[in-house]
Amino acid sequence: MSLQRLDYLEQLESESIHIFREVAGQFERPALLFSGGKDSIVMVHLALKAFRPGKFPFPLVHIDTGHNFQEALDFRDNMAKSIGEKLIVRNVEDTIKAKNLTEQKGKFASRNALQTFTLLDTIEEFKFDACIGGARRDEEKARAKERIFSVRDEFGQWDPKLQRPELWNTYNGKINKGENVRVFPISNWTELDIWNYIRREKIELPSIYFSHDREVLEYQGQYIATSKFIQIDPTDKISVKKVRYRTVGDMTCTAAVESSASTLDDIITEIIATKTSERGETRIDDRVSEAAMEDRKKNGYF
Amino acid sequence: MDILRFITAGSVDDGKSTLIGRLLYDSKSIMIDHLEAIEKQSKNKDDGEIDLALLTDGLRAEREQGITIDVAYKYFSTPKRKFIIADAPGHIQYTRNMVTGASNSDLAIILVDARHGVIEQTRRHSIITSLLNIPHVIIAINKMDLVEYSQDVYNNIVIDYAKVAETLGLKDITYIPISALNGDNIVDKSDKYPWYEGRSLLDILETVELANDINYNDPRFPVQYVIRPQTEELHDYRGYAGKVISGVYKVGDKVVVQPAGIESTISTIEIAGKEVAEAFAPQSAILHLKDKIDISRGDIIVNKNNQPRVENELEVLLCWMANKPLVVGSKYLLQINSRVVRAVIKDIEYKLNVNSLEKEPAPDQASLNDIIKATIKTASPIPFDSYKKLRVNGGAILIDETSNVTVGACMIQ
Repeated sequence: MSLQRLDYLEQLESESIHIFREVAGQFERPALLFSGGKDSIVMVHLALKAFRPGKFPFPLVHIDTGHNFQEALDFRDNMAKSIGEKLIVRNVEDTIKAKNLTEQKGKFASRNALQTFTLLDTIEEFKFDACIGGARRDEEKARAKERIFSVRDEFGQWDPKLQRPELWNTYNGKINKGENVRVFPISNWTELDIWNYIRREKIELPSIYFSHDREVLEYQGQYIATSKFIQIDPTDKISVKKVRYRTVGDMTCTAAVESSASTLDDIITEIIATKTSERGETRIDDRVSEAAMEDRKKNGYF
Repeated sequence: MDILRFITAGSVDDGKSTLIGRLLYDSKSIMIDHLEAIEKQSKNKDDGEIDLALLTDGLRAEREQGITIDVAYKYFSTPKRKFIIADAPGHIQYTRNMVTGASNSDLAIILVDARHGVIEQTRRHSIITSLLNIPHVIIAINKMDLVEYSQDVYNNIVIDYAKVAETLGLKDITYIPISALNGDNIVDKSDKYPWYEGRSLLDILETVELANDINYNDPRFPVQYVIRPQTEELHDYRGYAGKVISGVYKVGDKVVVQPAGIESTISTIEIAGKEVAEAFAPQSAILHLKDKIDISRGDIIVNKNNQPRVENELEVLLCWMANKPLVVGSKYLLQINSRVVRAVIKDIEYKLNVNSLEKEPAPDQASLNDIIKATIKTASPIPFDSYKKLRVNGGAILIDETSNVTVGACMIQ
């Protein structure tokens, strides 16, 4: 028989499509979290492969902290429009006002923690029973232990010690009322897999992933874009650098990488050569403590 | 480039985490910031050496207690292959975690401490490897530095283990002497073992032949979801979305939808929006049938000339995974691929001693980590194959209907 074996990207793709369809088959009201970042763009691409010519059996949902890059937001809106799928946006700003929440203070005051409140409210508002997210296990060591179907209690909390065993490719999505499941179809992909897939599939990305000139502030060896969301002090070293973003999160906690890589080939070459992890190089929020991610996840964070 | 999924069986004492840390470290898969984080922690431990084991312990409790509680997945790749490591704890109280990690693995690395040779734990790990039908096994005889790199010690362990392997029917076994701590024979071959003619561990992992592990003979396509756009131009579109878990499907194939037993013919196959002539494992696809028949999630489309068993009484080897014991007569949900049915435990035939493979007299209940032979009756017939013949259609989970937790793993006989 002249059968070709699937290569690694095809295997990963098929596994992810299978997971997407398990969500569609097992849940009443799922949602796909979509931020306009590269991982969530790949997720939409996979969902198209899983469900076209049908419509997505879920809306796209974005929890907007108000601190996002405009390029990512524009991309988000355009993509939802071009594929003709429903996009729901909920703003952390509104939650802060409605619930009188206290915002973080300081130089890089982040809404990362507050975002969880809006997410849980949105889940409640639409009665979502499954939220599909683009987290990968290679990102962080707490994530390395999370299931593909990860059950959260009614407070959105993750209990790492009480996870369901997950065997073969059989996913148990049974939940009690009030609980929901976070589903991670690209759990087994690494950062490099994502970039290689983007290149192979010719997936479009927001411009900030490619080298561009940007005014940045140098802080502890990292470059953070100047914006109205961060506090700029007179002593700060500000300059215009050639940078690109390796991840796209909030402007307050995402650092840029100095780079002249302007094509996917250039970016992939740089990523292969890099000695620093994706989150280590670009996220200020993981640096708080050894268990920062584990703690945030326990409290309902993605 | 393809993917190799492997499990490492062993405990902290065997140097399992050190071995994984070593593989990641020496294949340059560890990033500087992760390394700095563990260096910082290692220094708290006074011995000055980097503790590679810290790389794999993801949860706070694990780092505090120095143990692995849960299965962690680690990733690395070389130009030849992408690797997914299921890092599972090895002590008997974590049998269920090893079963979980083993369920998706193509290969098992079983660690043997050169000073202790084949012990109870080695047998247990081998038994689980055989129960879960992992196709390839590497016996890594570790801590060779502590036995003066002795070829005799190594040979004796190989002879001992060969007996275990024979009893269990394990095939494709490779033996390798290593020192995970020093990195001997992990990525590169060490000159301290002039008598060892084999290859390094990474070399073996990169070249294990996986092509024959995929079954292209028995077509099985569990339907996950029915795609019906119901738009004007796609008014009659009805596509069965699923994954070819084994075998090959071609346009024109005569098929049967089980468990209903309805016959039809494949009219169209789509993969990612494109019509194709055939789909093979493990591709995700959409199948279309010539006849308008009622098919829904949980049904399986199979070839008319190659059918699974469709029965409502199953003999299973069952690993119990919950604190609450399994009791004969209890009802559960049984899920096999996309099909979920009610099931009752009718009878326990024996309990398997996972250290000795002895069949112990039938208990009337099973506790956490027990492996038992049981008879399960399902509310309606389910299509399945024996696990030994077709892993992808012979494994089922049991779900407690009151807590919704996955409580058991069944290998159907």
